[in-house]
Amino acid sequence: MSKAVLYDATKCIGCRACQVACKQWNELPSEETSNRGTYENPPKTSAYTFTKIRFSEVEDEGKFQWVFAKVQCMHCEHPACATACLVGALQKTENGPVVYDDRKCIGCRYCMIACPFGIPNFQWDDPLPWIRKCTFCGDRQGGGFKPACVTTCPTGALKFGEREELVAEARERIDTAPGKYVDHIYGEKEVGGTSWLYLSPVPFEKLGFPALSSEPVTVDVARAMGAVPPVLVGVAALMTGIYWLIQRRGKMRQTKDDDKEVEVTK
Amino acid sequence: MMQRIRSFPTGTSILSAVVVIGLITMILRYINGLGATTNLSDGRPWGLWISFDLYCGVALAAGGFTLAGVVYIFRQEKYHSVARPAILTAFLGYTLVILALLVDLGQPWYLWHALIYWNVHSPLFEVAMCVMAYTAVLALEFSPAVFERLSEVNLPIIRRFNWHIPLRIIRAIQIPLVIAGIVLSTLHQSSLGSMLLLMPETLSPLWYTPILPILFLVSAIAVGPAMVLFESTLSSRVFGHKLGLDIVSGLGRAIAYILGLYLLLKLVDLMARGDLALVLTAYPHNLLWWGEIIIGVVVPIILFSLPSVRQSNTKLFWCAVLVVAGLVFNRFNVSMLALDIRPGYTYFPHWMEFAVSAGLVADALLITWLANRLLPIVEHEDDVPSKAVLETGSH
Repeated sequence: MSKAVLYDATKCIGCRACQVACKQWNELPSEETSNRGTYENPPKTSAYTFTKIRFSEVEDEGKFQWVFAKVQCMHCEHPACATACLVGALQKTENGPVVYDDRKCIGCRYCMIACPFGIPNFQWDDPLPWIRKCTFCGDRQGGGFKPACVTTCPTGALKFGEREELVAEARERIDTAPGKYVDHIYGEKEVGGTSWLYLSPVPFEKLGFPALSSEPVTVDVARAMGAVPPVLVGVAALMTGIYWLIQRRGKMRQTKDDDKEVEVTK
Repeated sequence: MMQRIRSFPTGTSILSAVVVIGLITMILRYINGLGATTNLSDGRPWGLWISFDLYCGVALAAGGFTLAGVVYIFRQEKYHSVARPAILTAFLGYTLVILALLVDLGQPWYLWHALIYWNVHSPLFEVAMCVMAYTAVLALEFSPAVFERLSEVNLPIIRRFNWHIPLRIIRAIQIPLVIAGIVLSTLHQSSLGSMLLLMPETLSPLWYTPILPILFLVSAIAVGPAMVLFESTLSSRVFGHKLGLDIVSGLGRAIAYILGLYLLLKLVDLMARGDLALVLTAYPHNLLWWGEIIIGVVVPIILFSLPSVRQSNTKLFWCAVLVVAGLVFNRFNVSMLALDIRPGYTYFPHWMEFAVSAGLVADALLITWLANRLLPIVEHEDDVPSKAVLETGSH
């Protein structure tokens, strides 16, 4: 059974207590930012900010809406980062979290390029840099606690539980309050499903969520990598065969010429 | 002639200066970290070093395995004189790729982790393994040149060792080495394409296709001989040795055929996916697509098939330059320009990134120049065991 979190944008009040709780639990330093004319702060996630609330001013069906969306690692069911990582420093655990092991990482940043949600970040300011991203509080979960952001959320916008149960609950919330939500649980199917699930009153594209197909991004890579052993054997055999054939043709021609020479000398 | 001799020190001193600047920049990078020396960011984590040094570098070094295959497996003896320079260039190319990665990696001192922590599902793991193994293969393939030279050196310490023994060993395993080189190259040239298969959502559909690994391999096979043509023409001018027209025009014809196959694959693939209209509609990415196709594929195919081009070393040289430029364009497109990674980030390389890349290229040029002066690169005794057989056969 794998754990998940359901985020309900209609319940979020944009207090950003989750951001603070995340920084506290993960002992992350604060970042200096400047006033950009919005309550949304900091502007981007970074190696020192694993989660943030994105503030979107949206016009939907003629109405103005101020909608919040929590951004953090989605903890995919088929994570691109875990397939990308050549040393296996990123791994999907059975319980849900995609965890990172800095004792293996070599800092190639392929995970950052591969992630369809743009989540893993890098300690650019550090001469000894590591990748950093939301851990889904795997350490807290191991001790039977909820993730720090969920624990601190004052309005119940974040709900932690079994993924299947949360998908069912999200479906029920959509069905029982027609018109309150768009009929879409973001994360249920996106890139093969994620451990973070979202409900929103407006289409997700308007909140800056990427429109993704339901096929895991790892499918084509898996197929290509599956072809490696047969290609290895095939190319080796083909080259050996060609070498042998051409070699043999050369020898045959030589014997023929030798025979001719013998005849001539006769 | 006098002028040529005098022009050497200028060239080498410029190269040496570029090497020194590159070295200093590298030291700065290790002291201050990647953030201070590059314009890379969370939204653009890969930049010039990956697009140019890794993606272009590996493809442009494909002359090593293609020429080794043509000469030692397919026994096209006339290309023998360009095979050894091609192998040397490939060896230097791969060494540079590894050096560039040591600069680009966040924790280069843990590169050896790739050897002990395996993720066999990662295309990058395959690339890393193959590049390491192939660099070793290339070193062995090139080593006869060093042993041949050492066996001629008249110094007491060096003369005491019988250099013909390692020479004989390498020659005995030459064919297996060449085959290993072809296998490893097939795998990692294509796997560099597989790496991009992880980005179906971010790489423009003009380039994203499940057959990307095949396109990478075919374009590498095309650009390998083009690079050999390019380099051997240059080195024949610099070092004043002759380069037969039959060799260059033969290479040109082969390149044209492979590029034709490449173009066919690209178009059929776009049609099969129903995305052919994108070449007209997907502005501005379609301009990049047309750029790489026209410069590196269509124009070279047309030019290489013109008899007037095929009879001129100079014209063939410029066609090869086009093929190389087109490939560089393509690799930059797929690994940088057509990749919409995260919104709100822009990237243009920092001057230090340029300095490191330029320094590494200058390294290779200097070593090539030294090798051509010190080692038997172009004219050397024959190391194809059955060439004698073939020659008597053709009498």
